[in-house]
Amino acid sequence: MMGHSIAIVLVAGAVTYLLRSLPFLIFPEGKEPPAWVTRFTRLLPPAVMGMLIIYCIREIHITKAPHGLPELIAVAVTAAVHLWKKNTLFSIILGTACYMVLLRVM
Amino acid sequence: MSMERENRSNPLDHAGKHPTLRKAFVASLPVMAGYFALGTAFGILLAKETGHKPLWALFMSITMYAGSMQFVGVELLATQASLISTVLMTFMVNARHLLYGITLLEKYRGMGKYKPYLLFGMTDETFALAVKDPPAGVDKPKYYFCITLLDHIYWIIGTTCGTAIGGLLREFNTEGIDFAMTALFVTIFVEQMMKKENRPLGAIGIVASIACVLLLGPEDFLIPAMLVLTVLLAIYGLADARLHPERAGEKAPDRETAPEGRKGGDR
Repeated sequence: MMGHSIAIVLVAGAVTYLLRSLPFLIFPEGKEPPAWVTRFTRLLPPAVMGMLIIYCIREIHITKAPHGLPELIAVAVTAAVHLWKKNTLFSIILGTACYMVLLRVM
Repeated sequence: MSMERENRSNPLDHAGKHPTLRKAFVASLPVMAGYFALGTAFGILLAKETGHKPLWALFMSITMYAGSMQFVGVELLATQASLISTVLMTFMVNARHLLYGITLLEKYRGMGKYKPYLLFGMTDETFALAVKDPPAGVDKPKYYFCITLLDHIYWIIGTTCGTAIGGLLREFNTEGIDFAMTALFVTIFVEQMMKKENRPLGAIGIVASIACVLLLGPEDFLIPAMLVLTVLLAIYGLADARLHPERAGEKAPDRETAPEGRKGGDR
């Protein structure tokens, strides 16, 4: 059982590493990726970050109380504070504190 | 306020010889908060579900360093899943890392000996830090290496301590502290949205992901969302190339140096 557990961890680790390296294996340093790939890589970051935010709050239920309000309000507060102060750490601390309070009162 | 205090009391401040490490440390602070919280949650879960000792968390966090995938890993261990289902599950949960790799293709060029480790440690959070332009005046390969290593260390500490603490910490109610991760992504997204040309892209990401969650449910939305995003962005890219042919020939370095200089001025 111990052996199998170790195998599970190592296999999961190997697949993860493969997924992370694959693009770099396909386009190694010496080989310039085609122009459309380069273009595509510049379009990706904002879209991926948007997807990650939704990924983080994917479990909320709009129809059930508290209707995902703690998440939505805390995201809005984080964004607003960041627009205002532009200080990453400050926005994160305030947003997280806001979320923790809302979780307990709503 | 607390930000300023933390910066000043930061012991690495005295290491004037290591400006890159210091800047990397400051940039990685949000991840530290998130990883300590998330890692502790993971450790408690691992101890509860499998009865494993802290050494196991250490082993897991060093060899399959993968944030959220490790939570799935607990499930796989607890049920003693087959290796085939381990491969499939890992692929499903971590397929998004393919997009990270493609995104960082240019940035991680010329990283030399650091590259294998940078790719190994490319978690959601480290990717999020790497996507931002590095602070002015840092040695880029070293900077990326430092944020990757620091994040990895936070995760190892968090998970190992969490497993050691086991059920003890349940007495403190830390529920919701993992929102630090979401907040980190939100701040990066907000910064991206300050550039006009990023706005339609951000909207595509948000709307397509919400549509997939609503249609397919929170468990199964991710891979379809990635496919939909890829197709939509390809269409957008083609349309954009038609409308702005001048942008197509743009070289990557030009675009990278400009915002970097501006950022340096901001700080």
